[in-house]
Amino acid sequence: MQALADLILEGRPVQHHRPWPRTIVDPMVWTSATVALAEGHWTLLGLWGETAAIHMALLEEPTGTIGVISLEELEGGYPSVAQYHPPALRPERAIHDLVGLVSKDLPDPRPWLDHGRWGLRFPLGDRLPPPPETAPYAFLRSEGDSLHQIPVGPVHAGIIEPGHFRFTANGETIVRLEERLGYVHKGIEALMVGASLDRAVQLAGRTSGDSTVTYAYAFSRAVEAALQLEVPSRAGWLRALMAELERLANHLGDIGAICNDAAFPLMHTHCGVLRERALRAADTAFGHRLMRDRIKPGGVIADLDHEGAAALRAVATEIGQTFPALVELYDNTASLQDRTVGTGMLRPELAHQYGAGGYIGRASGRGFDVRRALGYPPYNSLLFEIPVLHEGDVNARVWIRIREVEQCLSLIAQILDQLPAGPVSIDIPDIGETREGMALVEGFRGDVFVWLRVAESGRIDRCHLRDPSWFQWPLLEAAIEDNIVADFPLCNKSFNCSYSGHDL
Amino acid sequence: MRKLLFESMIRVPLTERAPSRSDAAMEELASAVDNAARRHLGRSLSIRAVDAGSCNGCELEMHALSNAFYDIERFGIRFVASPRHADVLMVTGPVTRNMREALERTYNATPGPKWVVALGGCARDGGCFAGSYAVVGGVSAVIPVDLHIPGCPPSPADILKGLLALLEHVTMGTHAS
Ligand code: SF4
Repeated sequence: MQALADLILEGRPVQHHRPWPRTIVDPMVWTSATVALAEGHWTLLGLWGETAAIHMALLEEPTGTIGVISLEELEGGYPSVAQYHPPALRPERAIHDLVGLVSKDLPDPRPWLDHGRWGLRFPLGDRLPPPPETAPYAFLRSEGDSLHQIPVGPVHAGIIEPGHFRFTANGETIVRLEERLGYVHKGIEALMVGASLDRAVQLAGRTSGDSTVTYAYAFSRAVEAALQLEVPSRAGWLRALMAELERLANHLGDIGAICNDAAFPLMHTHCGVLRERALRAADTAFGHRLMRDRIKPGGVIADLDHEGAAALRAVATEIGQTFPALVELYDNTASLQDRTVGTGMLRPELAHQYGAGGYIGRASGRGFDVRRALGYPPYNSLLFEIPVLHEGDVNARVWIRIREVEQCLSLIAQILDQLPAGPVSIDIPDIGETREGMALVEGFRGDVFVWLRVAESGRIDRCHLRDPSWFQWPLLEAAIEDNIVADFPLCNKSFNCSYSGHDL
Repeated sequence: MRKLLFESMIRVPLTERAPSRSDAAMEELASAVDNAARRHLGRSLSIRAVDAGSCNGCELEMHALSNAFYDIERFGIRFVASPRHADVLMVTGPVTRNMREALERTYNATPGPKWVVALGGCARDGGCFAGSYAVVGGVSAVIPVDLHIPGCPPSPADILKGLLALLEHVTMGTHAS
């Protein structure tokens, strides 16, 4: 078996691509990479296109090797990755919708993000007028006796993002779920083209509101990689502090919401209180409840003062004292466990195949976490554990989140204790040449991947943002099979994939 | 569980604990909304949330309105599951082209009298997504809007303030359809 590092050497290296190499390969090498993916040697980190180029980011987990291979000067399409490696399917459908590149032998050529309503085609490529008529979207067929379909969405019954779910059920049992997404597609990557770094980081921070810190963090790291900037160490620590606070708040909210979907509102109420306390502390410390627009290329926008640090310390202590009783409550409530144990099972093989990140991967035996795998500062000097379970059910996903709440509390305390002094940002120099950079940052939902090219002018030439949900949404379809329709909200909440981060 | 429940019985409720200044304002605000709702509607206020393209930040703060600190349900303000039950549509996000029809249909499914609140900077004019090929614009580009609540996202307190303003300034029937 070829090592990823060797495969990358087979291509022509692209200058100024950091921190990992990008090489331009020929279709043969591209296909051998595809086969290695299909055989499970590597993980697909991202797949994105430009008018005449396609890029694939790869990860070799055991060695922590990362690299990008590209096919350039494409005419007439590229060899499909998805034909061997299904996780590439939706990205390839999206690439066609956005840039117009044709994937040869794509097993499912239906449009994905393009619902025929944009008034144009290929917004990121050579734009064309739309076809005069769009055929209605053809859902996959399910055949068998006494099957019926239940269409749900895009507008859902709660305060939830929009998307369409097409269930085929036999009585109560779900035989097939097919997702249709793209409703909240805002064209963020097209808005990025030509954007100043200030505007671009704002856009990145609005890709998925619950991960606003993570996106601004990943975007800024990608810019800094491209421009070879080292941010002051205090800025790095403050970024991690915000990231842990974001993770904490999201996990608290979701643990409660999952229990609520299992008809146990008591947990929801108590977790909601803790989440609110975390958001208020974030507001005191960083001036915004969700900590939006606090991270920028070069550092962070404002320093943390004594009052802010004290608020964070207080909230971490308080949650540390209250949370164990809630964990005990979860653990000892048989009616709740009855709903969560054995429900929505995700097989470990699928989690590995799709490179599922976050609690979804970790509840199904995939312990990948970029904070550990890449050890970007300050995580290389912090102590933390990455919980891993193998059951893959709703219960396991809840337990991963419970353990991560505990880890967050410890990380927040460690960061506050060790926070170095010094400046919190540096200016962005004028580089005057084209640069490329990429970054991976661990958000609460998993690894957010950002790739970008900064033009000579210092503006964004192309920026690709890949939410972890791309490799999690398809798994929900698998996990829900053979469950009852009434358990869908529970399973869905335990995944809590992002619609906006995915549709972008 | 019994222990927790018991503790909740003997502990002072969060919502009424000696409030800090901002919590006091919150309390006042929420009951003001309630009174206004009763005056104008003769009953409580039902809100249907519609995400027409948001980043989900606005939804997070809408959710927060139901936590024990704000607990808007005690004032009879409820988020309902169907537009058929709603007095108010609370719409977030820039309206994406892919959501435009769903928003129109939700609006048409809501019986009059009804009001539309556009929540957040995006819902006003598309926010930082304005001008995109995939975005129609603010909510008012698609359906009539009675009130904008600014913020990115607006805090739960801002949302309550907005609801109050709505009820103060719109009387029943002025915007029926
Ligand atoms: S106003 Fe802000 S929080 Fe609300 S949808 Fe727009 S970007 Fe997201």
